[in-house]
Amino acid sequence: MPKRKDIKKIMIIGSGPIIISQACEFDYSGTQACKALKEEGYKVILVNSNPATIMTDPEFADATYIEPVTPEVVEKIIAKERPDALLATMGGQTGLNVAIAVAKKGVLKKYGVEMIGADRRAIEKAEDRDLFKKAMLKIGLDLPRSINVKSKAQARKAVASLGLPVVIRPSFTLGGTGGGIAFNMQEFEELISGGLEYSMIHEVLLEESVIGWKEFELEVMRDRKDNVIIICSIENFDPMGVHTGDSITVAPAQTLTDVEYQNMRDAAIRAIREIGVDTGGCNVQFAINPKNGRMVMIEINPRVSRSSALASKATGFPIAKIAAKLAVGYTLDEIPNDITKETPACFEPTIDYCVVKIPRFTFEKFPGADSRLGTSMKSVGEAMAIGRTFKEALQKGLRSLEIKKSGLDSVVREKDFDTRERLMEHITQKLIIPNDARIFYIGDALRFGMPLSEIQSLTAIDAWFLENIKDIIDFEAILKNSKMAKELLRRAKELGFSDKQIASLTNSAEDEITSLRGASGIVTTYKLVDTCAAEFEAYTPYFYSTYEIEDEVRVLDKKKVMILGGGPNRIGQGIEFDYCCVHASFALKEIGCETIMVNCNPETVSTDYDTSDKLYFEPMTKEDVLNIAAKEKPWGVIVQLGGQTPINLTLSLQKAGVNIIGTSPESIDIAEDREKFKNMLDKLKLRQPPNGTARTFDEAKAVASRISYPVLVRPSYVLGGRAMEIVYDEDTLEKFIIEASKVSGEHPVLIDKFLEDAIEVDVDMIADGETFVVAGILEHIEEAGIHSGDSAMVLPPYSLGESVIDKIRQATVAMAKELKVVGLMNVQYAVRDNKVYILEVNPRASRTVPFVSKAIGVPLAKLAAKVMAGMKLKDLKFTEEIIPKYSSVKESVFPFNRFPGVDIMLGPEMRSTGEVMGIDEDFGRAYMKSQLAAGQILPVKGNVFISVRDKDKRNIIFIAKRLSDIGFGIVATGGTAKALKKNGMDVQVLKKVYEGGPNILDYIKDGKIDLIINTPSGRMPREDEVKIRSTAIMHGVPCITTISGAQASVNGIEALLKKDLGVKTLQAYHKSVDR
Amino acid sequence: MKKAILILEDGFLLEGISFGAEGEALGEVVFNTSMTGYQEILTDPSYKGQIVTMTYPLIGNYGVNDEDLESARPWAEGFVVKEMSRVYSNWRGKCSLGEYLAKHKIVAIEGVDTRALTRRLRLSGAMRGIISTLDLNKESLLAKCLASPGMEGRDLIKEVTCPYPYEWGVEKKEFFVVAFDFGIKYNSLRLLAKAGCRVKVMPATTSAKDVLALKPNGVFLSNGPGDPAALSYVVDEIKCLLGRVPLFGICLGHQILACALGGKTYKLKYGHHGGNHPVMDLETKKVEITAQNHGFCVDMDSIKDKSVKLTHVNLYDKTTEGLRHKKLPLFCVQYHPESGPGPRDAGYLFGRFIEMMYKFKKKR
Repeated sequence: MPKRKDIKKIMIIGSGPIIISQACEFDYSGTQACKALKEEGYKVILVNSNPATIMTDPEFADATYIEPVTPEVVEKIIAKERPDALLATMGGQTGLNVAIAVAKKGVLKKYGVEMIGADRRAIEKAEDRDLFKKAMLKIGLDLPRSINVKSKAQARKAVASLGLPVVIRPSFTLGGTGGGIAFNMQEFEELISGGLEYSMIHEVLLEESVIGWKEFELEVMRDRKDNVIIICSIENFDPMGVHTGDSITVAPAQTLTDVEYQNMRDAAIRAIREIGVDTGGCNVQFAINPKNGRMVMIEINPRVSRSSALASKATGFPIAKIAAKLAVGYTLDEIPNDITKETPACFEPTIDYCVVKIPRFTFEKFPGADSRLGTSMKSVGEAMAIGRTFKEALQKGLRSLEIKKSGLDSVVREKDFDTRERLMEHITQKLIIPNDARIFYIGDALRFGMPLSEIQSLTAIDAWFLENIKDIIDFEAILKNSKMAKELLRRAKELGFSDKQIASLTNSAEDEITSLRGASGIVTTYKLVDTCAAEFEAYTPYFYSTYEIEDEVRVLDKKKVMILGGGPNRIGQGIEFDYCCVHASFALKEIGCETIMVNCNPETVSTDYDTSDKLYFEPMTKEDVLNIAAKEKPWGVIVQLGGQTPINLTLSLQKAGVNIIGTSPESIDIAEDREKFKNMLDKLKLRQPPNGTARTFDEAKAVASRISYPVLVRPSYVLGGRAMEIVYDEDTLEKFIIEASKVSGEHPVLIDKFLEDAIEVDVDMIADGETFVVAGILEHIEEAGIHSGDSAMVLPPYSLGESVIDKIRQATVAMAKELKVVGLMNVQYAVRDNKVYILEVNPRASRTVPFVSKAIGVPLAKLAAKVMAGMKLKDLKFTEEIIPKYSSVKESVFPFNRFPGVDIMLGPEMRSTGEVMGIDEDFGRAYMKSQLAAGQILPVKGNVFISVRDKDKRNIIFIAKRLSDIGFGIVATGGTAKALKKNGMDVQVLKKVYEGGPNILDYIKDGKIDLIINTPSGRMPREDEVKIRSTAIMHGVPCITTISGAQASVNGIEALLKKDLGVKTLQAYHKSVDR
Repeated sequence: MKKAILILEDGFLLEGISFGAEGEALGEVVFNTSMTGYQEILTDPSYKGQIVTMTYPLIGNYGVNDEDLESARPWAEGFVVKEMSRVYSNWRGKCSLGEYLAKHKIVAIEGVDTRALTRRLRLSGAMRGIISTLDLNKESLLAKCLASPGMEGRDLIKEVTCPYPYEWGVEKKEFFVVAFDFGIKYNSLRLLAKAGCRVKVMPATTSAKDVLALKPNGVFLSNGPGDPAALSYVVDEIKCLLGRVPLFGICLGHQILACALGGKTYKLKYGHHGGNHPVMDLETKKVEITAQNHGFCVDMDSIKDKSVKLTHVNLYDKTTEGLRHKKLPLFCVQYHPESGPGPRDAGYLFGRFIEMMYKFKKKR
């Protein structure tokens, strides 16, 4: 069937900001969908609030709305654009939820919009537990026994019949938020209360526990003619009980016979038909009882997903792209397989390698968070690795994680335990309770002689996986105890051991092993990912390394540029850097370079096989990157776009003779090295907060007393403010120094004077060595002390005077000239009393590059890549700073709802997972949109609870007054109430939390509070404050923790009261920019 | 760890480790792209005369069980994998693949670059090869390899067919089917039985007269190994059955039926062996994902009878995958609707056979 001619305009809903369970895989999918639909001649209308996405680049849609992804906004866009169809299956759970909401409101009917791909009925059938259960039972599929409940009383009755442990799954939430497994009644009560609240429809499913069963997923696609194909099977290493997003997963399934696999395949096909997903992709999850093979259906996601992105990368089959084409009427047999060209997309990929995905966690950023893994997802990213064996892929995956592991390293040190019994007890605990390091503890359990059968009974992990790990550990012992020989080294490489790992096992240096490998003729070979296990010729150069006899890379004699990606997403390094890498690839292709992408993050656009001329899906380590460089011999390598990961490789790459293009490694070093940097500033007569570096506590003490407390301390060479802290006294300083040495190793600790109450400013600029252009000056909304990645920012600045801005401009250009910047540079400033202080300079792409690019309508990363390849800004026609007349606000999004009980206070350690952008004609409205987009729905009426520290009491009065003037009721406790009353305000006084009820917590729970302004009372937040803030988060009450944030919010509320928010395309904003 | 060597007739050599039995194995080297189902593949008599390479690198993970056999023993001459799992993990598993192969004297090699081998076969075509764990001398192995017979013109069904007739299932069923055993797979029998047939399996050399004497409702022509062109003695018997009894052929059975209708077959460059080939049913335009295992193919143009209609085509290379006769009760497919291993999308064809027998019965 050819494509549909009756629809012309298609709306796509994006997934919004990066949050836990919804990351850049939806940019990957959405970008593919936009491209596919435009290719077919459809007009694409896109809404997504996330500026760091490729899909929101103006050329990917005909009308791009960087607006909050909410039903109200989507309705406005529909009313304005009048699309014929809505494709809701590309934007994750957010996309589905919003689409269902507008459908329910009758908006689609009113404007005659058809849902394509999956319609409302299919989505509801898959998402609504009851409907789903009925549908599956109807076609004879087995399910875990379950009961739906809407109240605590119903829940208690249900658990009596199901027994414990029991699984609690709230309906209609993201990534299993608020779900869990209750092993006892106390846990049960807690999880039920949380679950009922999290559910959009206050409904929770209680389910027979299948914990410890084997877990599988199938990625299924269907077309209009009812052709159904399976793209990939995935087997979870971690059995049922751990969210699949937090599990190590393996493709294809390893331990199913063909009969069992075909039973599962048949069940999935029947299920997609019954659910009624007309076209597109579906993810189907199964559990199998390892004792008797009983197979039960767990769930179906009628949309593209994290797993579909993984399956696409694992097989080379572009699920989202094909799903988009199917949605407009094509059938699978009509679409060619891009990789083989001659065969159609209507087939089932077969692979001849093993793929392992490993989640990346960041519990270290959330002290006090529960690091046990369960049914609510907690990981923030993932790495994927490809090898010819599970062992090889697993080790490659582990070293891809960027957690300072070079493979399946040991984590237990014998000397930390008095007795062997204690040691084994420790390991046993780590095996029983799933946690982020369990894989390493399995290795250690084997090293310390725990029998495999015991590990299996503690973890319920399949014996096949454990045996493979044992092979690795057994070989480790051989390596340790034998003389290094060629055969042994080769075997080690085949088992996925990195040079570094071999070196540490054999007491030698990484470089020695690398040269020994070279001398022994052990060469890395690269194999193709081709969807067909070599049955057909493949044209798409998508490679992975292994140690075999044949290498398939065709090295071309062209000007080649290798772009180093950012590795797995984690807090501090996310989609923004991938965005820059993708842009570089596009730009360099435009000017005729061959582009070679290296990355190991399966969620990204950079690892889409058609983003670059060649893709190497490899760990971002020195060894793996140098191997590729040796193979390809690129003209240049770009390290400045992928964040800190490639920056950290700069020096070793240069040492190996690789040509780093753009700003020189020497300049990068000047910026990263405090002493050299200080000298440069002195030379330029620029100001820096007083500072020093220290390697020991004594040195640190001396620096701190010289520059006086409070001081900002941090390890050098880290991103995302890892372990960064504001320190007010010596005791805290000592604790910090101990912690920092763990994070940063041999690098020194940096100590700066902390400028309290300063305004921070971020500047992004671009240069070609001759021309220096400021791209964007972003004023932070929160005051100094909050990590720039967590701050809200506005472009252009809204409160800074022109003279300060000029000083900032001049300083920026002066430093760029001195550093001979070629490419991008980011500077962070603090402004206090009209003095400008330089906090740090990063001669590389910053997190704000995509945001600035969208705010000013100039693709900065593209320009940067071209400049690095030798072009001049003059020729690229970007020589003047652009100051838009509209206001763009960047707001950060936090994962606090995943970590109940963790304080939501912001600080110098970055904790946000993603960002949104709000654009409008004035600051207030743009800020309002940014809050809406971030899920912080600011009220326009109701009660505001105010509790601020003494220091802020003066500033809060004006804010409270304004709120009171526009009709808010003011609620406060003790001191704050007194201060407000003194200024003539009508205040309702509440008891403090420890004074008993009813207090603010009761008011929040009862829905009597609509907004909270709560600034921390001191360095160590009081327990009741933490309770207030986390209760607010759990109940969805917006909570503002800074005075400047409160001011901005009041601006926003006032603007909204004046006029309802409108929607406008990015393309229209860009047209209004003077160039 | 004992060394083993695989060498192809063009001199391509792979060194690996022996598993299964020790010895030497000669055969045509083919690759199979199924990721699961090695037990079924090994016990499929169609692999007689062939050394099978699995493109999926990790084999043996779930061991071998008592149920998933496609015949009483493995038939492949040799087995080539990247990594053979020493342990197996599955609730039905009874022994490891290595033990099973050793018990049945099948020579196997692991630790080799199976992707390089596959690419070699794809680019140069199927070749003869030899695996040895005894003689590790390249020249002598190559000489043995070159002295071995190729697949073309080779009749292998005599080596795999049953020596005596036997019945599958005892209870009375609605239809009685005679199945020619050219190397029949148990799953064909299981599915015929499930569809309501009592089946009598006959040796490949059974005459048409003997078949008709049994008064079957239909005749099933099974899959099997070797070159269909070498089977004129079978083709002649099948010719005598055309129109006299409903016929359903699979794989070699399909080729034999095509030959009986006047057609010819030719050898494919490297054959179809796997579980992911798309085949379109030209009548419904729907695509089914199929299990495939054949090295020869029917040339539709060689069939002059205009009543013979192409019904199924392979979307990969547009080769013939099925045909039927417009007037006579017969149809056949090149692929494996019985799966075992592979997808079950085409299982409906057994129903179609039942329908055909039902109509034929009614007409009588």
